[in-house]
Amino acid sequence: MRADPKGVLTGPHFLDGDHACCEGALAAGCRFVAGYPITPSTEVVERIAGRFPSVGGIFIQMEDEIASSIAIQGAIWAGAKAMTVTSGPGFSLMMEHIGLAVMLEVPAVFVDVQRGGPSTGLPTLPGQADMMQARWGSHGDYEIIAISPNSPQECFDLTILAFNLAEEYRVPVMFMMDECVGHMTEKVLIPPADEIEVTPRRYTTKKPGEYLPYFTDGDMVPEMVKAGDGYRFHVTGLTHDERGYPAMNADCQEKLVRRLVDKIRKNADKIIRIEEEDTDGADVVVVSYGITSRVALRAIQMARADGIKVGHLRLITVWPFPENRVRQLAERIKAFVLPELNYGQVFLELQRVVEGKTKSYLVPHGGGTVHQPEVIYAQIKEAAK
Amino acid sequence: MAQETKKSREPRGEVIIDAERCKGCGFCIEFCPTEVLVFSTEFNTKGYHPPYAVKPEACTGCDLCGIYCPDFAVFGIRIKAVA
Amino acid sequence: MNETNPVEQYLRMDRMPHIWCSGCGLGTTVNCFVRALEGCQIPLDNISVVSGIGCTGRVAGYLKLDSFHTTHGRPIPFATGLKLANPKLKVVVYSGDGDLIAIGGNHFIHAARRNIDITVICVNNFTYGMTGGQVTPTTPIDAIASTTPYGNFEEPFSLPYLADSAGAVYVARWTTYHIRHITKSIKEALQKKGFSFVEIISPCPTLYGRRNRLGDGLEMMKFYKENSSIKNGCDTREVGLGFKGPIVCGKFVDRERPSFLEMYNSKMAERIGSSFNPYEGIQ
Repeated sequence: MRADPKGVLTGPHFLDGDHACCEGALAAGCRFVAGYPITPSTEVVERIAGRFPSVGGIFIQMEDEIASSIAIQGAIWAGAKAMTVTSGPGFSLMMEHIGLAVMLEVPAVFVDVQRGGPSTGLPTLPGQADMMQARWGSHGDYEIIAISPNSPQECFDLTILAFNLAEEYRVPVMFMMDECVGHMTEKVLIPPADEIEVTPRRYTTKKPGEYLPYFTDGDMVPEMVKAGDGYRFHVTGLTHDERGYPAMNADCQEKLVRRLVDKIRKNADKIIRIEEEDTDGADVVVVSYGITSRVALRAIQMARADGIKVGHLRLITVWPFPENRVRQLAERIKAFVLPELNYGQVFLELQRVVEGKTKSYLVPHGGGTVHQPEVIYAQIKEAAK
Repeated sequence: MAQETKKSREPRGEVIIDAERCKGCGFCIEFCPTEVLVFSTEFNTKGYHPPYAVKPEACTGCDLCGIYCPDFAVFGIRIKAVA
Repeated sequence: MNETNPVEQYLRMDRMPHIWCSGCGLGTTVNCFVRALEGCQIPLDNISVVSGIGCTGRVAGYLKLDSFHTTHGRPIPFATGLKLANPKLKVVVYSGDGDLIAIGGNHFIHAARRNIDITVICVNNFTYGMTGGQVTPTTPIDAIASTTPYGNFEEPFSLPYLADSAGAVYVARWTTYHIRHITKSIKEALQKKGFSFVEIISPCPTLYGRRNRLGDGLEMMKFYKENSSIKNGCDTREVGLGFKGPIVCGKFVDRERPSFLEMYNSKMAERIGSSFNPYEGIQ
C-alpha cells in the first residue's frame, strides 16, 4: 500500500535524526503519539506536536512514560498507527507495557533514543547500553524486533520499516536510536508518497461471531480488529486462549507463549536486515550497529590500508540477531570484532552464537562519546594476528 | 386472624430463580419489597440455600431482586394483565 | 424455565459463573451498569469497557462488549488513547479503588484535569481483594487489612473530593444498596461530556468485611442502608468516610467544562486559523 501523501514531506531536507524519525512516522501513517519529554528524544515529539494538526493526527503529552506506553495501545485498538518516544529512564518505565503489547500482539513502535546510563546518566550524550533491555527488559518470555539506524536518513527510512514490521508481525518494535544519530544533522531525502511502501493493518474479513481474536492459521499472526466495529471482542494481559479469554493453565501457557516466541523466531529470516561489505574472504569481520558503525568504517579503512582483510557486518535489525549468517562466517574467519557503546551487550549474543568456533573481541565504551577509530583499528589488528 | 381469607388477587409478577447459580447471599430475600422470598431449606449443588418464593402471589415483578442479585440467579418479570 | 434473565444478553455466558464471592457487590454493580446502558440507548457496538487488575477489573471480561483487561492502574491512559483515536466510541473505565487511585492515581487526576471524555466507574470496597485484602488509599483509619494488621493509620482519600478537585465534571457516590441511583448516575455519566466519575461502595465480605467484623455481604448492605444519607450537591469536602461511620451519597458535582478534544479543536482553530481541520478522529 502506498503512503498517504498528507504525511509525506517529499523533498530534500537537512534534518537531525529526531526530526527525521518524526517524518518517518508520519510517512508510515502514524497519527497518534503519546509521549513524555526526555532528553535526547524530546525533539521527536516536539516536531510531532507541530506537524500533527495539519495531517489529522493527535498528540498528547501524557503525565509519564507509563501512561504514554499504554495510551498508544488504546489508540491502536481504536484503529490508529501509534508510536511513543523516550530515552533510557523512560524506556525502563515502559517495560511493563512493552510486555502488554507483546501479549496482546499490538503493532506499536517504541523509540528509544539511547543516552548514557545507568539511571539519569548522561542525558545529552550517546550510549548504546539499552540493547539487552530492548531484548529482555520486560518480564516473561518473548521475542522482539529492534532496529538500529545509523544516520538521519535511516531514522526516516527505518522508522517506516519499524511500523511495517510491527503490522506484519503484530509485535511491538523497538527503534533503538542513540543521542548521536538523534542529534546529528544530515541530508534526508524524502521520496514521493507513491514510492513509499506502507504495510496496512491485518484486519480480519471474518464476521462477528466467526472471528476469534487470537486464532492463527499457520503463519502464527492473528488477524486484528478495532473497537466499535461490532466484534465485541475481549483481550486481556492474562494468559489467554484463542477467544481472548483468560485461560490460566500450563497447556495454554505453552501454546500461547510458544507461538509468541516462534512468531518472530520462525520468521527471523524475513525480518532480519543486515548490511555486509567485504565479508567474503575476510579474516576479521567487524560487527557493529548504530552510530558505532560509522566510526567502525573509519577503523576498517585504516586496517585495510595495513593490508588486513577485514569485512563489515552492520546490524540494521539487532533483534532478532542474524544467527545463521554469523554462524556461517564463524566457520571461516579468524575473529569477530564488535565495538559498542556499552560494556558488552550485543557482544554477549555474538559470543553465544559463535559458540567458540572462532574468536570474538569486544571493543567496549562507557558511552558519553563515540569510539576513537584508532581503538577499534587496534583491536582489528590484534584480531588479525 | 389467620382464618379470615383475604380477597385473592392475581400476582402482578413472577420471580424466576436459577437455583444452581445462587450463592446464598440473601440480597434478594432482604430487599424484596413484598417479602416474596425466603431461604429454601434445599441445597443447590454448591451447598447454598437458594431463595424460594414463599409468597409468589405478592410478587409485583419489580425486579429489585434481579438488580440486586450479584450472581444473575434471580429476576422478576411483570405478568401481562389478562383482559 | 423458559424465561432468560434479561441481563444475559450483555454477559459472556460462556464465562459464567464469575469468580466473585458470595455477597460481593460487583455483580450488583454490573446489573446497574447494564440497565444504565439500556436506559441511555447508546449502540452497544460503540461502547468500549476498559478495566485494570483486581476483582473489579474482571468486569471487562464478563461484559459482552469490546472490552480490555489492561495492566494494574492503567485503564485510564489506555482509555484516553482509545477515545482520542476514535472519539465516536463511548469509553467506560470500570475498575477498583486500589487500581484507580493508588497505582493509577496519577492517571486519574490528569485525565480529570484534562477532562477526557470518559466515564470512570470506581467500585470502592476499601481493599485490594484479589491479592488478599491489603490496605488501599481509601481504607478508613483503624480498619484492619492484611498489610495493616494493627489497623490503618493513614488518612484515606475521599474520592468525590479528589475527583472534584482534579476537575471531574460529574461526581457521584452511591453504595450497592442504592441500585436505582447507581443506574441513574451511570446513565447520566455516560451521557455527560467530559470526565465523569461514579464511586460505588461495595461489600468485600471475604476480606475487608471479615477482618473488620462487618459481617457478610448482606450485613454490610444493611449497614449501607441504615447508615447512608443522600445529599445531592453536597460539598465534596464534607463527604469523607470513617470506619463504620456514616456514608454520604449523592450526585455531588454536575458542571460544564470543555472536554480535551473541544479545547484542542477550539484552540488549534484560534491559533492556526481556517487551514486547521477540526479533529474528529483518525481517518
